Amino acid sequence: MTGADVLLLALGAVAVGAGVLVVTTKHLVRAGLYLVVCLGALAGDYLVLSAELVAWVQVLIYVGAVVVLLLFAVMLTRAPIGASDDLDRPGWPAALIGGGAGLGLTVLLVDAYRWSTVELPEAGTAERLGEQIFQSWVLPFEVLSVLLLSALVGAVVLSRPDIGRPGPPRDGGAVPLDATAPAGPAAPREADVDAGGRR
Amino acid sequence: MRPVIPYVTAALLFGLGVYGVLRRRNAVLVLMAVELMLNAVNLILVTADTTARAVLPHSGQVFALFVIVLAAAEIGVGLAIVLQLYRLRATVAVDDVPLTEPAVSARTVGQDVEAGR
Repeated sequence: MTGADVLLLALGAVAVGAGVLVVTTKHLVRAGLYLVVCLGALAGDYLVLSAELVAWVQVLIYVGAVVVLLLFAVMLTRAPIGASDDLDRPGWPAALIGGGAGLGLTVLLVDAYRWSTVELPEAGTAERLGEQIFQSWVLPFEVLSVLLLSALVGAVVLSRPDIGRPGPPRDGGAVPLDATAPAGPAAPREADVDAGGRR
Repeated sequence: MRPVIPYVTAALLFGLGVYGVLRRRNAVLVLMAVELMLNAVNLILVTADTTARAVLPHSGQVFALFVIVLAAAEIGVGLAIVLQLYRLRATVAVDDVPLTEPAVSARTVGQDVEAGR
């Protein structure tokens, strides 16, 4: 056991413990905060594994952006502050499948690597990773940039209900509530007739 | 460095993610469990970068960066869907999501109510 092993063990224990709390806690906001602990411990793991750039990108994007987005979503969906009882469905199947996947993978990897040691490679600094990305992995990089753009456009289309709809609503009750809707001379009259007919 | 330690950490985290996705009812918590699974895969990739001597150096770390970008895109679109679901149904419980197309959409019903006032 070298110092790196001890660090990996400690950070791994922190990550797994925080992960257990993420999937079992009854407080929505605390689940997001435990996720920060888990992802931070994983960033420490990356640092020990000499992946410097990945570790800092993990802190920047996961801890900085993704968790903040998740907490925003928790608050925008009006989550209660205290403990909530309806977060879980009764699940022996979940425990069975999750435990089976986790323990099965554990057995597989322990059997593959036993207690062997490897030498850590040279550190993955930004310079070395940048050389690799922009020499060998340029095409996947560009494809990913297109994917990010399409995800951005998709998120905008999803959250704007007034665009991307197949057509106007079928019945004539489409009252233009906002100023951007086309307010032709016939539209309000139709709506009035419609509303009057229902009364 | 013993590679079995981060590998076992990643395997356990992946199992926890699977458990969370199957167990949780709240869609935001389901997304958090998906993040756990993606991070387990990242840890596997970074560890494999130290154990396997690939033709191209640091391929595993480059893949881990790509997975982080994919996770960012996934969380953006996923949260847009969740917020839209909350706007339409006032709930984010994945059990309550209707799997069939309703005959009259919720928005049209809302407009009928507006017009009938």
